[in-house]
Amino acid sequence: MTEICKMTRPLISAEAISRSYLKGQHKVPVLRGAGLTAHRGEFVSVIGQSGSGKSTLLHVMGLLDSPDIGEVHLDGQRIDNLNAAARDQLRNRVFGFIFQFYHLMPELSLLENVMAPLMIRHSILDFWRKRKETRAAALEILDQVGLSHRVHHRPSELSGGEMQRGAIARALIGKPEILLADEPTGNLDAETGHGIMELLKRLNREQQLTIVMVTHDEAIAAQAHRTVRLEEGRIQKVLQQEAA
Amino acid sequence: MYKLLLCLRYLRTRYIALACIVSVMLGVATMIVVNSVMAGFSTEMRDRLHNFLADIVIEARSTSGLAKADELLERVDEAAGQYIAASTVSVEIPGMVTFTDPWTGEAYTSPVSLHGIDPRGKAEVGPLKSYLDSYNPVMEDGQIVRPALRDSSEPLGWELTSEGQQHFDSVQEQKAEQLRQWQPPLVEPVPSDSATPDFDDSGQPPVFDSPSAVADASAGSDQGPEPTDADAANTVADTPVVQFDPNNPNAGLGGGMSPDILFEDNPAEDIKPQPNDARIYIGEGLVSFFVKNPETGRQQKIMMVQPGDDVIISTITASTPPEVTKFHATVVDSFRSGMSEYDSNVVLMNREALQKNRGMQLENRVSAIQIRLHDYADAPKAMAALEQAFAPGEVTIRTWEEKQGLLLSAVEVETAILNVLLFLIIAVAGFGILAIFYMIVVEKTRDIGILKSLGASSSGVMAIFLSYGLALGIVGSSAGVILGLLFVHYINEIEDVLSWFTGRKVFDEKIYFFFEIPTYVNPWMVISVALGAIGIAVLASILPARRAASLHPVRALRFE
Repeated sequence: MTEICKMTRPLISAEAISRSYLKGQHKVPVLRGAGLTAHRGEFVSVIGQSGSGKSTLLHVMGLLDSPDIGEVHLDGQRIDNLNAAARDQLRNRVFGFIFQFYHLMPELSLLENVMAPLMIRHSILDFWRKRKETRAAALEILDQVGLSHRVHHRPSELSGGEMQRGAIARALIGKPEILLADEPTGNLDAETGHGIMELLKRLNREQQLTIVMVTHDEAIAAQAHRTVRLEEGRIQKVLQQEAA
Repeated sequence: MYKLLLCLRYLRTRYIALACIVSVMLGVATMIVVNSVMAGFSTEMRDRLHNFLADIVIEARSTSGLAKADELLERVDEAAGQYIAASTVSVEIPGMVTFTDPWTGEAYTSPVSLHGIDPRGKAEVGPLKSYLDSYNPVMEDGQIVRPALRDSSEPLGWELTSEGQQHFDSVQEQKAEQLRQWQPPLVEPVPSDSATPDFDDSGQPPVFDSPSAVADASAGSDQGPEPTDADAANTVADTPVVQFDPNNPNAGLGGGMSPDILFEDNPAEDIKPQPNDARIYIGEGLVSFFVKNPETGRQQKIMMVQPGDDVIISTITASTPPEVTKFHATVVDSFRSGMSEYDSNVVLMNREALQKNRGMQLENRVSAIQIRLHDYADAPKAMAALEQAFAPGEVTIRTWEEKQGLLLSAVEVETAILNVLLFLIIAVAGFGILAIFYMIVVEKTRDIGILKSLGASSSGVMAIFLSYGLALGIVGSSAGVILGLLFVHYINEIEDVLSWFTGRKVFDEKIYFFFEIPTYVNPWMVISVALGAIGIAVLASILPARRAASLHPVRALRFE
């Protein structure tokens, strides 16, 4: 399968990304010419120490952040220099994000959280017209991630694993092409983390979802098709492995 | 969609936002209450001013007035008849009224404005009847303590009521009695020489109006000439009058002669004395004062002059140069328009008598024409037409508003300043919203990051907080409008409670002559206050909303 993927153009590629932040008076470089590509249907993990810039790389790829130098291409088209509205659209339609701290909105119920990307995508009128389909879709996805019994709960009433599965459901409802996961198991115990990984792998396998996952855990990273090691803002080596 | 949802959710779950709502609500309610009460007072005041003045007043420039009142009215009718509902002529001149206070026996003189009117004509241009004491019941604490003396259907006139006539008769009786007592010393020069110094030494005038003395004196006079005087003198034993009597046998002798003289001079017992030709309605404020009743603790109105009393009016004649003229007038009634400016300044008098006393009757001269219009909105057209009818400089034509321009504009300025000050309250509430919103934005920083990662635009995030401000403004304003209107509606009940609570009258009806606090709710005022408050809430949320919109998603996500 990986062979076929490599034949085609990569779905997303970050090329020679440099990014630095200002910390007080000092400019702190985080990424120094890092690059990463992912093909359609590929599960890539990025591993590195804290502060190695792996999260920043993910943010740049997901258009949450802009690179100082370097380009991000989606399906061969440069996307990092698009205007704000187009970037918002891409974030909404092409990317799905999962975070270490789940980042569900505390005021909304799980179902509303899951529907949020579609609420953002559609105007009030459109959303109202499609409310039944949207709701059905959200319920179906929640069922897929095993949360159909928690639909009307607030995030504060859910466990960490449930919240992360909710966050995955939210990331999937917009039918994204690429799932960007930032330490999805970082805040969970091994068993729950394993469950999350199984879910991600299943999604990758069944729906051909492209996943780029950032982690500092070797064991977690090893479950991806391919692992990229990031050190001090540069890609060190690419580890090939069999799909788990 | 998410904007609306989140905005409503924030509204429901952020209790700190309740502080914003309350501050907007209080500001709006205060403005509505104060505006309504101010508008109530000023409407009431305008009504009173207006009612007393009629719509348009044409005034002669000279004190001698305009000749031929009937022709004047015809001219006015010809010029602007289609607008005019009623018109009447009057003679207005400054003067003085002198009356005796029955309690102290001292004479008071007040400067007044004498209005010679035709009461029926005057009643057509303004509600004169409702001002007159005899047409209205006397109320105290909502209870009628004296019914109206005249039926409201009785036409206005200068006749005394039966109570007034009784009072007049008793006053005349009393005067006659005093004359009977005092004539001897006055007509007989020899005893009076000795009597007068005695009287002066005592330094006290006789108490003419002391009711008990009068009663005794009149009772005594019925019995017979000679012993009567002694009796009367004895009964009124406290007065200095009595003391010189026994000392001076001459006085007794003189007193013995009095009946004869009396019968010659004073026809009191043959022909009943009639009230003067000059009759007046006197402003209540001129002749009354308030005393606190020590028993009930209430303010009580004491009238110094009653219908049937005589007063002296002084004024000037219409001749050139003017001469002082004075005459007696009988008080027929007192009036209260509720405007102290009139009630303590104006004496309404029968026009014919005033014209006669001022030498204006030959040409039927009048000094002013009062006009009521069908529709006050026609005033400018009517004024323009009227101006054509008179020679330039002959008269001044003014609406009541122009005549009271200073007072009315003072009230307007007052209201405007108050509104500015009160709007500052809402502005303060606005700054409260700004501060609280900033806090909420900081608190929601991570949510903003999430929304952006999900593809929300900056303007969308901004819209959340702007509509949040709008929602707060709407909720706060509506609550404020409801609270304010309820307050206005129950203002008198609230005043009662406050009075009971503080132990003193918050709103003393005696000051304003209102039984209730007048209020007038102008719907446009309510709408503009509510919209203003909503506008301020939205304005105050712009800054926090901009901050929220400009948050960098990554930094917002990392925010702890």
